[in-house]
Amino acid sequence: MTALARDIGSRLGQAIGLLLAVVVVVFILIQIAPGDAALYLAGDQGVGDAEFLAEVRAEYGLDQPLFVQLGTYVGNVAQLNLGESIYFGEPVLGLIVERLFATVLLAGTSLIFAVGVGVAIGVYTARRPESPMSSAATVTSLVGFSTPVFYSAIMVIVLFAAKWSLLPIGGIEDVRYNGNWLGETIDLLQHLILPALSLGIIYLAIYSRLARASMLEVLESDYIRTARAKGARERVVVYKHALRNAVIPVITAAGLQVGNLLSGALLVEVVFAWPGVGRLAVDSIFRRDTPTLLGIMIFSSAMVIVANLLTDLVYRLIDPRIRVGGSR
Amino acid sequence: MTDFGVAIEQVETGGRGALRMFFRNKAAAAGLVIFSLIVLITIFGPSIYGTSANKMVAKPFLGPGSDLAPLLGTDYLGRDILAGIIGGGRATLVVAAVAAAMTMTIGIVVGSLAGYFGGWIDALLMRFTEIFQVMPGLLFSMVVIFLLEPGTRNETLAIGLTLWPLAARLARAEFLRLREMEYVKAARAIGCGDLRIMFRTILPNAMPPLLVAATLTVVIAILFHSGLAFLGMVDVNTTSWGSMLGKNRGYALTAWWMVFFPGIAIVVTGLSISLVGDGLQDAFNPKLRGR
Repeated sequence: MTALARDIGSRLGQAIGLLLAVVVVVFILIQIAPGDAALYLAGDQGVGDAEFLAEVRAEYGLDQPLFVQLGTYVGNVAQLNLGESIYFGEPVLGLIVERLFATVLLAGTSLIFAVGVGVAIGVYTARRPESPMSSAATVTSLVGFSTPVFYSAIMVIVLFAAKWSLLPIGGIEDVRYNGNWLGETIDLLQHLILPALSLGIIYLAIYSRLARASMLEVLESDYIRTARAKGARERVVVYKHALRNAVIPVITAAGLQVGNLLSGALLVEVVFAWPGVGRLAVDSIFRRDTPTLLGIMIFSSAMVIVANLLTDLVYRLIDPRIRVGGSR
Repeated sequence: MTDFGVAIEQVETGGRGALRMFFRNKAAAAGLVIFSLIVLITIFGPSIYGTSANKMVAKPFLGPGSDLAPLLGTDYLGRDILAGIIGGGRATLVVAAVAAAMTMTIGIVVGSLAGYFGGWIDALLMRFTEIFQVMPGLLFSMVVIFLLEPGTRNETLAIGLTLWPLAARLARAEFLRLREMEYVKAARAIGCGDLRIMFRTILPNAMPPLLVAATLTVVIAILFHSGLAFLGMVDVNTTSWGSMLGKNRGYALTAWWMVFFPGIAIVVTGLSISLVGDGLQDAFNPKLRGR
C-alpha cells in the first residue's frame, strides 16, 4: 500500500512538473513575440514616448531580469492567478470557470457517446469480421478521421435545421424556460444534442475501429480459447472475458485524445454559439485579449493533465495486471 | 523463361514486395490515384479552369443547377464555388505538406536520439515531448500564430510545432527495438560512429511505420490548416477550403452548396491520403490486415 501511495505521489509530482513546463513554454512564447505589454498599452492610450514606456515597464515589472519575471509568472499561476482580462477587466480564472460547465458538458457527453457506441459497434463487427456492416464500419472510420469537426457540425445544422427543424441549433438555453427547473434541464439537453452529436460522431468513427481491432486480437488469444474449451457460454466469453481486455486500448486512446477533444469542442462551440471556454479563446484572439487566451491555454493543459491522471486510475480499476504491478 | 520468372519472385522481398502488396490493395491504389488527381488539379486546375476564385462571375446565391450559375453555384458575393475549390487546394496542400515534413523531421530527430541513446537523454526528451502533448493542439497553434503575427509562414510553423510528438514517440519506439538487432551490433563492432548507425543503419529500417505516420500527419495537418482558416486565423486574402467554410457558414441554412462542396474537398483529400496510409500499413505489416 505504501508503494501504491508512493506511486501516486510520484505521478502527482510529474503532473505538477508538466504544468510548470507548460507555463514556461507560454512564457518563452511571450518573450519571442514582437513587442511587449508596454508597447501595447502605449498604442491603446495613444502615448508613445520613451518616458511613458519606461514608466509602464517599471509598473508591470517588465524591466526586471527575465528569470525574475518568470518566477513572478509561475508564482502567480501557482496561486491560481491567471491574470486579468484586458477586455473584461476581470480575473481570467473567473471567466474560464463561468464557462467551464458548458465545455465539460459538451466534451464529456461526446466522449461518453463516442466510447460507448464505438465499443458496441466494435464488438458487433469484430464477431462478424466478414459482414458488410464490418467493412462499412472500416470505411466510415476512415471518412470520420478525414472529416473536420466544424464541417460535420455545419452539415448537422443544415440537415437538422434547414430540412427538419427539430432541435435548436445555437446557444445553450432558451429564455422562455427561466425559473422552471424541469423545463430548463430538458431545454439544456435539447440544445446539447446536436453539438454533442457533431463532435461525438468524429470520435465514434475512430473508437469503433480501434475497439474492433482490439476485440479481434483478444478473441484470438489463448485464454479465450480456454474459456470456450471449458464450455463457457459465448455471451460470457465475449462480454465478460474478452470485452474487459478489449476496452483497454480504447480507454488509453480516449485518455490521450482529451487534448484533441478540447480542440474539437472549441470548433463546435464556435459553430453552435455554445458559450464555452473554446469560444472564449477564439473571441479573445479577435479582441487581442492576450491574458485570457494564455490563461485558457494553461488551464486547458491542466485539464488534459488531470484527464491523463484519471485515465491512469481507470486503468488500475479495469486491468488487475497493472494493479498488481503497481503495488508490488 | 518461366524459370527466370520464378527467380524474380524469390528475390522480390522487402520494398518491392511491399509495393506489389500495396497495388494489389484496390482501396489503397484508388486512394493514390485520387490523391494524384487532386495534386494535378491543384497545380494545373486554376489555369485550365480560368475563372479566378476571387472574381464575381454571376449573381450571388445561385445554387448548382440553376441556369446562369457555374457548376457548383455561387457564394454570397457571386463568386464561383468550383473556382474557389480548385484554387483553394494550393494553400491547403502546401501548408499541410511543409508542416508535415517539419513534423516528421523534428519527430525523427527527437525520437531517434531518445531511442538510440536511452538513459537520461531519453528521459529528458520524453518529458519535453510530453509538454507538447498536454497542450490542446489547436489552441496551441492558435496561440503561436497570435503571438508571432498571423501569416502563412507562422501558420505552417505553428502546425509543425504542434504535431511532432506522435512521430517522436513512434521513432523512439522503433529505435529502441532496432538498436538491439544483430546488424546494429555488427555495425558498432566494425567501428561505425553513433550518427552513422542512427541514420544509415537504423533509420532506413525504421521507415515503414514512419511513412505510415507521415501520411496520417498530412491528413491531420490538412485538418489543422482547415480549422485555423475556418476560424480566420490565417491570411484572409488566401482562399482555402477551410476559409470558404468559415466565410460561407453564415449562409449555410439558405445556401447549403456554399459549405457542402468545400467541405467535401477536404474530406475526399483526407480520405484519399488515409487510404494510401492504410494500404502502406497493410503492405508493410500483412498480419494486421483488415484491422
